[in-house]
Amino acid sequence: MIFKRSKNTELNKEDEKAGNKQIRETANKDILFVTYVFVLVFAALISYVAYFAAIKSDSVINNAYNSKRAELLAQKVIRGEILSRDGEVLAKTVYEDGTEVREYPYGPLFAHSVGFFTQGSIGVESIANFTLLKSDDPVGLRLRNDLNGIKNRGDNVTTTFDIELQKTADLALGDRKGAVLVLDVRTGEILAMVSKPDFDPGRIDEIWEAVNEDTENSPLLNRATQGVYPPGSTFKIVTALEFMKEYPEAINDYEFDCNGSFEYEDVKISCYHDQKHGHLDLGSSFARSCNSSFAHITSGLNRESFNTTCNELLFDSRLPSPFSYKKSYVDLKPDTSIGEVIQAGIGQGKTMITPIHMAMITSAIANNGILMRPMVIKTVKNAGGSIVRRYEPQEYGRLVSEDNAAVLRSLMREVVVNGTGSKLLGTQGYEAAGKTGSAEYSKNKSLSHAWFTGFAPFDDPRISVTVIVEGAGTGGDVAAPIARSVFDTWYANAH
Amino acid sequence: METIFLTFSKYILILLMLIYTFQCFYVFRFSDENDRNGIYIRQDIVMSLVYLTAFAQLYVRMRDTEVIKFYATTQLLFWSVILLYRLLYPEANKLLVNNMCMLIGTGFIILVRLNYQKAAKQFTVVVISVFLSVVIPFILKTFKRLRRFYWLMALAGIGALAAVLIFSTAINGSKLNLKIGGIAFQASEFVKIIFVFAIAGILTCSKSEKRNMLSAVIAGIHVLLLVASKDLGSAIIFYMVYIIMLFVATGRKRYFLTGMAGAAFASVIGYRIFSHVRVRVEAWQDPLGNIETSGYQIAQSLFAIGTGGFLGMGLSQGAPNRIPVVEADFIFAAISEELGVLFGICLILICVSCFVMFMNIAMRFNDMFYKLVAVGLAVTYGFQVFLTIGGVTKFIPLTGVTLPLVSYGSNSIMVSLIMFSVIQGLYVSVRKSNQSDGD
Repeated sequence: MIFKRSKNTELNKEDEKAGNKQIRETANKDILFVTYVFVLVFAALISYVAYFAAIKSDSVINNAYNSKRAELLAQKVIRGEILSRDGEVLAKTVYEDGTEVREYPYGPLFAHSVGFFTQGSIGVESIANFTLLKSDDPVGLRLRNDLNGIKNRGDNVTTTFDIELQKTADLALGDRKGAVLVLDVRTGEILAMVSKPDFDPGRIDEIWEAVNEDTENSPLLNRATQGVYPPGSTFKIVTALEFMKEYPEAINDYEFDCNGSFEYEDVKISCYHDQKHGHLDLGSSFARSCNSSFAHITSGLNRESFNTTCNELLFDSRLPSPFSYKKSYVDLKPDTSIGEVIQAGIGQGKTMITPIHMAMITSAIANNGILMRPMVIKTVKNAGGSIVRRYEPQEYGRLVSEDNAAVLRSLMREVVVNGTGSKLLGTQGYEAAGKTGSAEYSKNKSLSHAWFTGFAPFDDPRISVTVIVEGAGTGGDVAAPIARSVFDTWYANAH
Repeated sequence: METIFLTFSKYILILLMLIYTFQCFYVFRFSDENDRNGIYIRQDIVMSLVYLTAFAQLYVRMRDTEVIKFYATTQLLFWSVILLYRLLYPEANKLLVNNMCMLIGTGFIILVRLNYQKAAKQFTVVVISVFLSVVIPFILKTFKRLRRFYWLMALAGIGALAAVLIFSTAINGSKLNLKIGGIAFQASEFVKIIFVFAIAGILTCSKSEKRNMLSAVIAGIHVLLLVASKDLGSAIIFYMVYIIMLFVATGRKRYFLTGMAGAAFASVIGYRIFSHVRVRVEAWQDPLGNIETSGYQIAQSLFAIGTGGFLGMGLSQGAPNRIPVVEADFIFAAISEELGVLFGICLILICVSCFVMFMNIAMRFNDMFYKLVAVGLAVTYGFQVFLTIGGVTKFIPLTGVTLPLVSYGSNSIMVSLIMFSVIQGLYVSVRKSNQSDGD
């Protein structure tokens, strides 16, 4: 046995006491040391909990899964108002026969953007759910109300929405299915977001079953953020960018002769309606949206690099969208067939994108390559009007180099001057730029979604407009005019 | 009238809790237990007021006469415990007695709100455990030769953990319980105490490198058995306790540092090998992003704590039942949600004061064996508090341990009360022998 078993433990204890005082004192120092370490760690824990409660919690608790507590808070607080950027009321709570009723003065115009909250929640009503249920009235007033059993008033939220732009977009889209997004490229503010078909949010409780069962129209779907569509020729922005990154000299040197189609291995790509575009350079390929030229370009691209560029542009990634969204998708894996890759290069095949993602890419290009984080809330004020919180524009990150962004902007201007975006020529007071798209989405090649995504003014970009009209024809014919009305309204109101 | 009471009582409750917490640390100004007596009496009053206010609120909200009965019975229990300790063990540390009652009481308050059935069961277990805890100091006083049996304890510990590994039923992916006659005993909880005694024994019986290595082997076997049972929370606790006991026993800082490094290293390996570790880390990094799977529990906990804010939603005014396992591991979230984060922080501080007092007591022992036992139990307690509250607040990943004395759970309460009473027992015997030596 390694250990001695001593006979007289009492005696040993005396020995220890006398001889090992040194060891005891060292041990006590060590115990003190461990105590300090623990106390420090606990101090860190407590600081973290306090920090969470004071600062982080607001962003965490505002979640659809926390609806039960929102309901509990609503029992004590009158839900605040949602306002447009000019202070017009977009949503408010009024009393009808003693019960609280939520009114939406603009009705279906802001159906998806302001949203509702009595059947799950969408829109700003969802994003600002807890903010609207928190009262920041003076403490004295709140205490008096508590004691008298009166509900306190929740904070009011001022959004970035511009009513005029929203109305213009809504009117221009008309009865057709689709979406329009208007962003301020320098701040990321979402100025307008329209999705059609829409519904009357003020009557959401009555129409709930009907809108849910309407699977043909899906009016509840916010097509701007959750509608996934093949990008069609608008994806040529990405293809062109990859081309410029891999072959910088080619920006000026590229030449292609289009005879209506392009063949590579076992793939054949035709231009829209079998048009023959003749002799093209990069600018005219882009402006006239020549599928053959871009199929040719795609065939020479490095697939891995192309995939990386797509990821940098936020494909298959999380988007900095304040609203719920669907991720975009592009298939450029090592084992993807070359035919699929070429299809991807012209924005067809399995590629999918949402209008808001397209708007983000466009805004970044317009803003020298830097994407500003899209935001929809400008300020939060208490019921009395004092500002509780102000949200500042934030950079999300650089999606495109400054030089490449400049080239892309020029290409997009070419589209209007010399290409498919001719419906945006002759605008008064400003020049527009962008890219059209006619995305095929079924075996029937005559059916296409009409896309347009662009920005204005060309020489000093301020806003981006992204339009999609489902199954309506070509981007140049159908989508571009919608964008034009929006640009016109913007220009008129800004000057 | 009611509204006025409910509004004011919310603030009064937090204020009283702040006072109690302050008193917990104020006692450390006086190094002699006798000088602290005045503070202790005031603490007892504050504690009773906290308990009264909380239950008054509960009664107003729940309108159930059972609440009043429960309050009366448990308040009498606490007063009896305080009185009993003063009569039977006047040398006992009264801060620990008070805190013991305060923590169990807080548990009762929130359990009555969450699930009266469980509150009642908790009460039964507390009564049994209190009886046990009153008897233990007496046992320790009388059987000082306990320390001789450290070998037996080491083997018993290993045996119990091995039995759990081989025979137990798997609950939520970790083999924790051994069912004996229909009652689920969580072996790792009870082994915690035996382990501390065993290691203290091995480390003090002689001074040699071989002894150090042997202690490492014994500790290692315990830890590995726990890891194999997927009870990672307990494994980390056992490991920490051993490292710190070894450090205090040998005085070599390098043991402490290599121990910490080893823990970091083991965590990385654990992450690579075990999928359930990866799941927990994933849930910790992004609970909201993974809210439909691994992150749900933690997300609900954060929702609760975040919505309640510093002042809380008020008892019965929140939705703590949305949190899975809320009565056990996540009880801190329920307390923070309804009683407020300020109250929650006070609770943490009360636990910290218990830990500091344990360590303080450890320093007073002249005998290395008792010193090590005290340190071991202190670290067992303190580290577990850190793990559970840290996990629930997303400071660290979840480790599946309960908050001692507060959480619902027979094993948890019983073992925690035994832990407190063991320290009290050792403390009483030392103070008695010090007194007889004219200290």
